[in-house]
Amino acid sequence: MTTLVRKPGRTFAEIVTVLAAAVVAFPLYWMVLTALKPPGEVQSAAPWTFAPSLDSFQRVLTVSGFGRYFLNSLVVALVVVLLSLLFAFLAAVALTRFRFRGRTVLLVMLLVAQMVPVEALTIPLFFLMRSVGQVAPAFGLNELGSLVLVHLAFSLPFAIWMLRGFVAAVPAELEEAAKVDGASRLRFVWQILFPLVAPGLVATSVLSFIHAWNDFLFAKTFIISRSENQTLPQAILVFFKPEENDWGAIMASSTLMTVPVLVFFVLVQRRLVSGMAGAVKG
Amino acid sequence: MATPNLLAPEAPAAPPAPSPRRRRRGDGPAAGRYLAPAAILLLVVLAYPIYQLVVISFYDYGQAEAAGNAPLRFLGLANYAELLGSATFWTVLAKTVVFAAVCVVGSLVAGTGLAVLASKVRAVPRTLLFLAALGAWATPAVAGSYIWLFLFDADFGLVNEALASLGFGGMAGHSWTFGTTSAFGLVALEVIWCSFPFVLVTMYAGIRAVPAEVVEAATLDGAGAWRTTTSVLLPMVRPMLLIATVQSIIWDFKVFTQIYVMTSGGGVAGRNLVLNVYAYQQAFAGSRYGLGAAIGVVMTVLLLSVTGLYVRSQRAGLA
Repeated sequence: MTTLVRKPGRTFAEIVTVLAAAVVAFPLYWMVLTALKPPGEVQSAAPWTFAPSLDSFQRVLTVSGFGRYFLNSLVVALVVVLLSLLFAFLAAVALTRFRFRGRTVLLVMLLVAQMVPVEALTIPLFFLMRSVGQVAPAFGLNELGSLVLVHLAFSLPFAIWMLRGFVAAVPAELEEAAKVDGASRLRFVWQILFPLVAPGLVATSVLSFIHAWNDFLFAKTFIISRSENQTLPQAILVFFKPEENDWGAIMASSTLMTVPVLVFFVLVQRRLVSGMAGAVKG
Repeated sequence: MATPNLLAPEAPAAPPAPSPRRRRRGDGPAAGRYLAPAAILLLVVLAYPIYQLVVISFYDYGQAEAAGNAPLRFLGLANYAELLGSATFWTVLAKTVVFAAVCVVGSLVAGTGLAVLASKVRAVPRTLLFLAALGAWATPAVAGSYIWLFLFDADFGLVNEALASLGFGGMAGHSWTFGTTSAFGLVALEVIWCSFPFVLVTMYAGIRAVPAEVVEAATLDGAGAWRTTTSVLLPMVRPMLLIATVQSIIWDFKVFTQIYVMTSGGGVAGRNLVLNVYAYQQAFAGSRYGLGAAIGVVMTVLLLSVTGLYVRSQRAGLA
């Protein structure tokens, strides 16, 4: 009886869900479709004259030194992910498993740090990076190191906050047992705790990756005179022209920019959902 | 507990094992070592710049001062006075608040509504929705801005072409980015599109954590779907809703890339400025770093008051 009553409602809900999915996915579909259209057809909306062509991708990859920018973005994002995981994991361990004075204050400060508008700090960071460059050239203006530093500062508070929930979820008995077995704390942290919080590390890495990969403002502000150190978002601007924008190339480069994140996301989506839930609960 | 002696070897006689809390007292030095890398980085690249932002906002900091060719002139609160006395600032602030509000409400309604829907349907439609949402979430802000710009492009955009073929011939060549409302509306659409997935995932996780028996009991008591959702589900997922709301406020208040990219740096004659873009323009285009910093401080203060709410709601988790 219940199934009979419920079924029409559920079918309706399912139709709405699929429609919503289609609406949400449409811009991405249109991006890929436009990127694959042969030159001259980009202006037409009709998808049924569809004859896939890699022409736009070719234009992107040959004309603008796109490969270099792509590589720069990738290097910055991966270094940020690795370092923020390492630093955030250590800090999360200290903040959850160690007792010391000022712990709560630190946690509140981390929370507050997440709320500071990144964009407002562009001004002091610009001057800071200029001075840093005089001491450590690899981290100064126009260098990828400056981007790594800045992104680390902004992804660390969130990463620590997120990992804290995962570290806290590991039962205290495990640590006691390891201690009894004669394992040092360092050994416990690396050989037992680290693998156990892997889902949290994965979820955190995605968010740190996106954060660094998406950056438009810092690359725009810090990389001024050495264009070979520019990152992906700035590279696309080449295709905006006063006469006529090259939409095929813009959509092709947007596709190339989205694909790495999308792959990353789909690979870890299960862990991401549980990771978000873990962070929210933690 | 078959092996109490193994678990508490130093106190075999005492039945209750010493609490781990007590034994961990005095972890200070070790904690310092574990915290050092993150702490040093955050102090240098986050805390110091925040302090600097406040300092710069008190000075007449222009091109010459930035280059070190002129001595700094202390202005006190003059930058703030200029800001609060200028009509532009208030207009931009109002636009920022309205824009952020539209984005927050839009992504909360879309995200929560779809989360409720997703919890009611079978795996296949749900997976389709989540894949689409993950796609929108994964799209970098810059790429997302270009996609939506292209969809609404005056000459080659799908939207105008579709409207024209539906009989709205006047829409051919219509510029969506020209008028203030439609330009802001277009950016808001993009922002909602890429930020509702976070709400969806958070709220879905929250709804799934509600025990099925509670919902069943409500149904048995004669509550319909709407009543169950509003009177049972929503109150139980309120903590999640609060987190989603505060996060959305923080993000949408700070939108930079989308506005900058989609309205070419704030629109014709700065009609589409939000505080963030305004601060950036004053500082880097106008070489008025002091004034830009003051705008940044005002923004930070506004956001921190929102943060206060968030911290209060999270206090239980901090103990």
